[in-house]
Amino acid sequence: MTKKTFPIVGMHCASCAKLIERKLVGTPGVGGALVNYASEQATVDVEDSVSNEILAKAVREAGYKAIFSKETSKTAEDIKEEAKREELKKLKTKVIVSGFLSAVIFLGSFPEWFGISLSPLLLLFLATPVQFWGGREFYLATWSGLRNRAASMDTLIAIGTSAAYGYSVMSLFGITSGMYFDTAAIIITLILLGRFLEAKAKAHTSDAIKKLLGLQAKTARVVRGGREIDIPIEDVRVGDLIRVRPGEKVPTDGIITEGSSSIDESMVTGESLPVDKLKGSLVIGATINKTGTFIFKAERVGKDTMLSQIVRMVSEAQASRAPIQRLADSVSSYFVPIVLMIAVGVFVVWYVAGFPLQAFINMVAVLIIACPCAMGLATPTAIMVGTGRGAEKGVLIKDASALETAHKIKSIIFDKTGTLTKGSPSVTDISDAKTLAIAASLETGSEHSLAEAILKYADEKRVKRQKVSGFRAVPGKGIEGTIDGKKYFLGNVGEKDAAVRRFEDEGKTVMVLSSAGKDLGYIAVADTLKEGVPEVVEALSRRGIEVWMVTGDNARTAKAIARLSGIKNVMAEVQPHDKADKIRELKGRMGSKEAVAFVGDGINDAPALAASDVGIAMGTGTDVAIESSGITLLNKDIKSVLTAIDLSRVTLRVIRQNLFWAFGYNIVLIPVASGVLYPFFGLLLNPALAAFAMAASSISVVLNSLRLNMAKI
Amino acid sequence: MDKILVVVSGIGAIAFIWWFFFGKRNETVEASAAKGGVNVIVDGGYKPQVIKVKKGEKTTISLLRKDPNSCLEEFILPDFKIKKYLPLGKRVEVEINPPRSGEFSFHCGMNMFHGKVIVE
Repeated sequence: MTKKTFPIVGMHCASCAKLIERKLVGTPGVGGALVNYASEQATVDVEDSVSNEILAKAVREAGYKAIFSKETSKTAEDIKEEAKREELKKLKTKVIVSGFLSAVIFLGSFPEWFGISLSPLLLLFLATPVQFWGGREFYLATWSGLRNRAASMDTLIAIGTSAAYGYSVMSLFGITSGMYFDTAAIIITLILLGRFLEAKAKAHTSDAIKKLLGLQAKTARVVRGGREIDIPIEDVRVGDLIRVRPGEKVPTDGIITEGSSSIDESMVTGESLPVDKLKGSLVIGATINKTGTFIFKAERVGKDTMLSQIVRMVSEAQASRAPIQRLADSVSSYFVPIVLMIAVGVFVVWYVAGFPLQAFINMVAVLIIACPCAMGLATPTAIMVGTGRGAEKGVLIKDASALETAHKIKSIIFDKTGTLTKGSPSVTDISDAKTLAIAASLETGSEHSLAEAILKYADEKRVKRQKVSGFRAVPGKGIEGTIDGKKYFLGNVGEKDAAVRRFEDEGKTVMVLSSAGKDLGYIAVADTLKEGVPEVVEALSRRGIEVWMVTGDNARTAKAIARLSGIKNVMAEVQPHDKADKIRELKGRMGSKEAVAFVGDGINDAPALAASDVGIAMGTGTDVAIESSGITLLNKDIKSVLTAIDLSRVTLRVIRQNLFWAFGYNIVLIPVASGVLYPFFGLLLNPALAAFAMAASSISVVLNSLRLNMAKI
Repeated sequence: MDKILVVVSGIGAIAFIWWFFFGKRNETVEASAAKGGVNVIVDGGYKPQVIKVKKGEKTTISLLRKDPNSCLEEFILPDFKIKKYLPLGKRVEVEINPPRSGEFSFHCGMNMFHGKVIVE
């Protein structure tokens, strides 16, 4: 029995409380219930099998509504979403109202163009709401910043527009001449519009996380006490037996205990083909069951599931800093104060040169055009979209620096077993069907890994096994047994003919079947190459990356696999603990701007993964591998290695474009706004145009990063 | 005459901006697990701006945002892979356990306001 407390709404008298109490007590599994009318709370003693849904249903049937924690306490993500929605709504209203007022002010400010003349007082009346209602946030942010002696881009906008507005007000009183109400209003409107569009675009940079969270199943069909009930996913516990029918989502991670099926895991691991699952197979939450019905035992729930781990890893990577960002980071702390100083300098120079009006306009233009935002957004937005895109393809990136380093890979070392090869031996050649039948019969009692391969192959070929007597394993040699009174031996000793030697040169293990010293046939077994390996090796070479293979196997087997893969550089007979040394050796030969990557399955090569510049762990999801590797590939497809490298390359290209654009924009346009082109071309920048350029620059950076969603990788 | 006035006040303004933004002293607070972590008020920046913590000691940084400026809505401590949304007026706790010493800067979502964690 456990105690549960939850709020109830809809009660209007104490008797309602009694009614609900009675209803709850009458529900199977509920021991006691107490409903407090004053606090609008219900407290119940329930058996573990009673879910919140059952309680909610009971209360609903009594005519009231129970609220469970899920609905009352919002997650940080929900609060954020809500705040964002509110903000966007507010911004939209401001953009529309300010836009309308600005248009009227603009039309009325140039009687020589539009033939409409508005009195200065009316202009003041129209411009004031734009300045102080539309631009309220700029003032608030400036004020809170100044109190801490810090400046942000809001400071620049607030000072710039206030100058234009204040100057115009002074003109009203005849202190100065010239009206710039239109400038101030248009700047505020354009920057508000820019913020609105930027916020909309920026929301998409975290789409990948939202998509991953959306994959989570909402309910699970749990088998309890012989009955099947649907319960919310939050109530599923480790050890629960859960039934999944065709077309349904697997609710959480676990192991199949009954039945079999084929499961589409593409949404989580990026694996394109459905995976066959039998009793004892691992199933992953949020994947989709295709054909069969099965029952599985929940092994990991809540924040321990693979999906939750993926979400956590992606959001952590998105929060990390890429080394390339350091320059922008250090510039950003000095940027705004320096722009303020430049603006003062511009005013002084123009004033002294004898152009007091230009001095003022150019000062405003400098304040408005400076855009520190673009620099701040350049790297993080690209990292966010890039890591998210990777997750969609089953490429999990640990942090921004791993993503950045991966584009420098000049040398890549593949572990052989489990990475280039399937990792479990299978039969590749047999001399004849009869040999297979006898071999399979003999191996039935054996536990050797080669036996497993032969038995699996025999089952696939539907070979009937015969009864064996006198079975005996001869350690290091083979096995023997008697079938129908005839004694057979299966092993890898004795005279080797040409055929056997040829197979061995191909890296295969050959077992010869003999009886009374006479060879009857052979079976060749090998760990076969994964699909697509030669293509990937070739594609890597085309990208200028040197491909290596490392293995503990003997040189002959290693060479055979290398030949099939198209790999020219082989390190054979390397013990697992020596792999890291081999990587350091290779790293020593590389330049400082070149990186060495190691691809392994993460089971016993954690030191090697950690020793390389970019450790790529493949298709395991074991915690150790994720810790020591920079990139984790969730599927066993070797092409994912290529995807990871290509992703890094396009992301870095986008970051470089962004930084070039953001820095170049400020470096070029701040002098232009200062009026350096005036002596040569008579060119000055209108402050309203400056506002447009500044809004456009940060939007373009975000849009360029979003382009990564479409990049071909 | 007015030109001289403009030059002099211009130089004065530049000097003032320099002093105002670059000449300030950062308030430093030492945090220790014994004291139960450190409270940071997010209001037009971070108060305190510099947090000192001990290497290998779990420390909780408790952030409270009082400033509606959307720039400050995110707290980012990249070297610890921390990015937290700070709802207005609601405490958000961030736990760090620095494995190595050094200076690690943190900043807001737009990289406009800064502070740092010094690990000793």
